[in-house]
Amino acid sequence: MSNAKPKVAFYWCSSCGGCEESIVDLAEDILKVVAAVDIVFWPVALDFKKKDVESMPDKSIAVSFINGAVRMTEQEEMVKMLRKKSQLIVAHGACAHLGGIPGLANFWNKETIFRRAYLTTPSTDNPQGTVPLEKVTVDGRELTLSGFFDTVYSLNQIIDVDYYLPGCAPPRDLILNAVTAILEGKLPPRGSVLSPNKSCCDDCQRNETKPEKLAIKEVKRPWEIIADPKTCFLAQGIICLGPATRAGCGHRCIEGNMPCRGCFGPTDQVYDQGAKFLSAFASILDTNDEEEIRRIVSTIVDPAGTFYRFSLPSSILRRKRMEAVK
Amino acid sequence: MTQRITIDPITRLEGHGKIEIFLNDNGDVERAILQVPELRGFEQFAVGRPVEEMPRITPRICGVCPTAHHMASTKAVDAVFHVEPTPTARKIRELIYNTFMLEDHTLHFFFLGGPDFVVGPQAPAAERNILGVIGKVGLEIGGKVIRVRRECREIMNYLAGKAIHPVSGLPGGVAKGLDEEHRLQFLETAKSGVEFAQFALQIFDNVVLKNKEYVDIVLGDGYKIKTYYMGLVDRNNRVNFYDGDIRVVTPEGKELVKFKPGDYLNHIAEHVEPWSYIKFPFLKKVGWKGFVEGAASGVYRVAPLARLNVSEGMAAPLAQKEHDRMYETLGGKPVHNTLAFHWARLIEALQAAEGMVALLEDKSITDTNIRNIPTQVPSEGVGVVEAPRGTLIHHYKTDEKGIITEANLIVATVNNSAAINMSIEKAAKTFIRGGKISEGLLNMAEIAFRAYDPCHACGTHALPGGMPLTINIYDSRGERIKQLRK
Repeated sequence: MSNAKPKVAFYWCSSCGGCEESIVDLAEDILKVVAAVDIVFWPVALDFKKKDVESMPDKSIAVSFINGAVRMTEQEEMVKMLRKKSQLIVAHGACAHLGGIPGLANFWNKETIFRRAYLTTPSTDNPQGTVPLEKVTVDGRELTLSGFFDTVYSLNQIIDVDYYLPGCAPPRDLILNAVTAILEGKLPPRGSVLSPNKSCCDDCQRNETKPEKLAIKEVKRPWEIIADPKTCFLAQGIICLGPATRAGCGHRCIEGNMPCRGCFGPTDQVYDQGAKFLSAFASILDTNDEEEIRRIVSTIVDPAGTFYRFSLPSSILRRKRMEAVK
Repeated sequence: MTQRITIDPITRLEGHGKIEIFLNDNGDVERAILQVPELRGFEQFAVGRPVEEMPRITPRICGVCPTAHHMASTKAVDAVFHVEPTPTARKIRELIYNTFMLEDHTLHFFFLGGPDFVVGPQAPAAERNILGVIGKVGLEIGGKVIRVRRECREIMNYLAGKAIHPVSGLPGGVAKGLDEEHRLQFLETAKSGVEFAQFALQIFDNVVLKNKEYVDIVLGDGYKIKTYYMGLVDRNNRVNFYDGDIRVVTPEGKELVKFKPGDYLNHIAEHVEPWSYIKFPFLKKVGWKGFVEGAASGVYRVAPLARLNVSEGMAAPLAQKEHDRMYETLGGKPVHNTLAFHWARLIEALQAAEGMVALLEDKSITDTNIRNIPTQVPSEGVGVVEAPRGTLIHHYKTDEKGIITEANLIVATVNNSAAINMSIEKAAKTFIRGGKISEGLLNMAEIAFRAYDPCHACGTHALPGGMPLTINIYDSRGERIKQLRK
């Protein structure tokens, strides 16, 4: 047993495939990873059949990396089974960690999403009003589809998660660190997010240009100005989620001269990333006048969709109450 | 006795997938269906978002081709704000886009689809991957494959923030420019990109075209369907990935229509089936006639072969030569052989690399004027690019503040969804006769999908491992009587 390579599984739920690409992006290093582990399950590389996982002994997989939010019934079944079969579960990427971009669907529900996708988009030609069904008989043949939840879930809302690899997509150094830590058995306490517990601003290269005291009079949308490539975005009046976001991303968006949208989620001290940003933002408004505060805040055009861009399902809000939608 | 065969999974068309094959009493294939069991609902949750955020949201539709969504979205946002990018910004966008095409197309050839040919369709599954390719072509060249891909990703990381989910597109331009130092560095990558694409074509030549067994597979009826084709062309009807008009040709190769991307609703509609979450686009003019080929059916195909079929040639000289050679070999335009998608893909990779060189040799790409700030009230706009997997359409409507009120997306692979179903059915009918399931079916079926979309194959050949296919055969009482696995 001691000579056996650790068994590793990968699974994706409601995701884009970017987390898979993040592994291909290990480039030359991928060969080292492949040499060190035994990949026993990868839905696109190996047999996806549920029974194959079913027949593995419990806890026989050393670690399962699961990416994507949970949105379909089939995904729920699969992750529950993987939990049983795995010693460790790593939520790989922002969707599994927080709900991610697919979690923005929690502003709506199944009915509104189906209506849009299959009935009302201008290119849809559907006079019969057909929508996909979980069970349908076509010419006497029964066909089934996975069920679609009303709500998108982060992974830890469905199963226990041991570690979180944050980011959309996670950068290669964090993935390599995580794999190394697992192989060497040098893991931090269970439940840790595998990235430094400080804010994105702390080691931001634009930190030097951040004034002693930020003072915002007006919010600018990214298209309204040409952003200076060296100055703190908030100092330029552009919403940047850095203050409410965990570090470790390598400031890739900032390097691209675009503000942070929070894909790493909050630090350990913070439960709700959106609420944290709101309080940080309130503290930098350059006024105490209530009327003026209201005016400045009203220039933020989509506060919920911006402050909770990646974290709506795992936030205090979780989802929009649908009476409000109808 | 009716039999039922399930292949589960066929991995992703923006999600997962499964194939059901139904046999009639004689044991011949009556119908084959590819089901896509996933939906995420981007069109609905776009509503309420500021339109300039869409280029940062929609790449999450697909992490394999996020640059395509980013670019289509950015162009749609240009149109919503009635603003054009500055000439330099356009060059930078085209550079990002050509780099992406080169990287994605070669990824497909070496990591995903290509191993079937380079290593061999009958080779052990565990060897049919990038490592097997390295074993076949040598470590030095294999290392080059990985290096070129990494260098392309570095260009994208530099200019667009992140290769997986770019961030730089803004209405009227881009967020970040290019300096002289990086221009020279990237020019070197571009030049080795040209060599690299030529080298890939050379491998294709040596391994596929000089092997009669492979040529027979490529030209066989099992992998041929006659459809319409669609793709973007420039003013001279040459292949263009970033911009142009949408041209459609008939199965005979005549122009059916050429239209501005903004007019797409007059030409494309989407059919809905209750058994799949994916929709089935068709040509409005011809109409939806079901999953059938020929000029009477509105089914069309997109992606590399389709783009070459709708064009009158390539936009770069070396690619043009390869284009001419392909059509000479395969008997003129249009080519209907599905496996020729692989060949066309490499010719496009060469055009992309040549495009990178041309853009980077022009010093004006380092100009600092990279943004036009919008001045008009936002309203509605359509943005179209050619994604590696085909024509990609983003369409947004906003209120006067630029908040989305309606969004419509026709995603590249979706255009091919009816044709992919038909290709599966055709391959199944060819390889299953009289209840005898050929052992080669698994691989043959898989080869058919891979020609269309590397997303199907993501990972299949990226790492060592078994095959994702299982075929179960059930009798009419639903009991499994046979199982084929790889």
